[in-house]
Amino acid sequence: MGNQDEKTTSKVANSILIETAARKRERKQLLIISLVCIFLFFGIWEIAVRLNWIDGKYLCAPSAVIKTFMTKLSDPKPDGAVLGIHIITSLKLVLIGYIAAIIIGVPLGLLMGYYHTFDKLVSPIFEIIRPIPPIAWIPLSIIWLGVGTAAKCFIIFLAAFVPCVINSYTGVKLTPPVLVNVAKTCGATRWEIFSTVCVHYAMPLTFTGIQVSLGNAWSTLVASELVSATAGLGYMIQQGRSLVRPDIILVGMLTIGILGAIFTTLLSKLENKVVKWRAKS
Amino acid sequence: MASKDIKVQVNHLTKKFGDLLVLDDISFNINKGEFVCIVGPTGCGKTTFLNLLTRLIEPTSGEILIDGKPADPHVHNISFVFQEPSAFPWLTAQQNIEYGLKIKKKSSEEIKSQVDKIIGLLGLEKFRNAYPHEMSVSMEQRVVIGRAFALNPDLLLMDEPYGQMDIKMRYYLEDEVIRLWKATGSTVLFITHNLEEAVYLAERVLILSNKPAKIKAEKKVDLPRPRSVSDDKFVEIRKDITDMIKWW
Repeated sequence: MGNQDEKTTSKVANSILIETAARKRERKQLLIISLVCIFLFFGIWEIAVRLNWIDGKYLCAPSAVIKTFMTKLSDPKPDGAVLGIHIITSLKLVLIGYIAAIIIGVPLGLLMGYYHTFDKLVSPIFEIIRPIPPIAWIPLSIIWLGVGTAAKCFIIFLAAFVPCVINSYTGVKLTPPVLVNVAKTCGATRWEIFSTVCVHYAMPLTFTGIQVSLGNAWSTLVASELVSATAGLGYMIQQGRSLVRPDIILVGMLTIGILGAIFTTLLSKLENKVVKWRAKS
Repeated sequence: MASKDIKVQVNHLTKKFGDLLVLDDISFNINKGEFVCIVGPTGCGKTTFLNLLTRLIEPTSGEILIDGKPADPHVHNISFVFQEPSAFPWLTAQQNIEYGLKIKKKSSEEIKSQVDKIIGLLGLEKFRNAYPHEMSVSMEQRVVIGRAFALNPDLLLMDEPYGQMDIKMRYYLEDEVIRLWKATGSTVLFITHNLEEAVYLAERVLILSNKPAKIKAEKKVDLPRPRSVSDDKFVEIRKDITDMIKWW
């Protein structure tokens, strides 16, 4: 009997080892495929530009983009500022607008989801404002706030605000009645039900909203910097267009992409900390 | 029986939804520390009945008294174990069990000793810090039951808590609920449509009629514990209740 057990155990252990090895191999293959794709993409792009299949004034080679990127780190020409200044200027706008949107939007959404009267009070106005694209606010915000930082932040704020509100609102609305009833039968007050049950239940969806908001904030940045800027990544891209310098445009786009990716990663890390109770898929 | 032993008094409880009469003049008492099962056909208004007892909805007429005072979740400790999984997914097993005590603003020493006691009784020591998504359905339900007992409830209501378990798990959990009930001295009202379960658990079984629900009959179960489902007397009582319940 003991022998039999041992055999079964080693069989199971073996099959687990084989499975792990197979998974590793599969992961490696997938990684190779991804890398090959990237190299092919940039390789074809590079060749196409070098062999003049594409005119240099429409698109420059990836190698040129990297070169410009390096030069821009220290050279303020031709658009007036080094890359670092552009990054800081834009980062400030995005962060102010985005953080304000979270601070105001998330609590607003949560409260709207829970308090019926509050919902009825705010919803109609919110529903009218919601479908208006943030860019359509540019002229008004200039009249109200001038052409400085405030107007740009305001536009980014509006873009990031909407998903924050909607997602936290929906999260609260979706709280299973049975969980609310557990709190109720324990004798919890309205506020306790909200703060100990609904807010927690809404967190995963709220975080999805915060992620969407981040994307919105960055994509509105370029548009907001149309408003008389002197520095910023959006401004740099605009300058690249006026000067017909596709490499400058691409450096700006690339920087926004990288910054966005960094923020998304940080946010995911935070999310995993806050909602660590969620089942990992 | 002396009236001081009566924990819960239900007097002429009636509920109408519009013209639909769901509960028709229900009256009964539950003694302190008693384990009462309620059986009845599906859709007879059991859920409505429970929601009335926990004051999630208001009765059309009649009253529910606990210790002679109208039942109120803010005053009395009422616990409810719902049919569907109801552990808070963002709390660990231990935090779930603490939840009701925290709402009742108990002191931290009291919370700690009570939670340790319940976790000990459930044998959940190893799973103290596990989240519900890391548990099986039956384990989650055990945490919920622990949470309900932790409050030292004046009245503990259980709505078919083992409806989704297989038979082996059910036997195990039924013994566990008896153990918790004895250790805490709670007053339990247990709803089920499984007659065997009712006879196995209860000291007294109340039988509800079809809608509009009335108390059709009542049966004392005075078998010693642990009970055996194949015992002659057990089978006899079950058969009696089956005859009483027949609504078909």
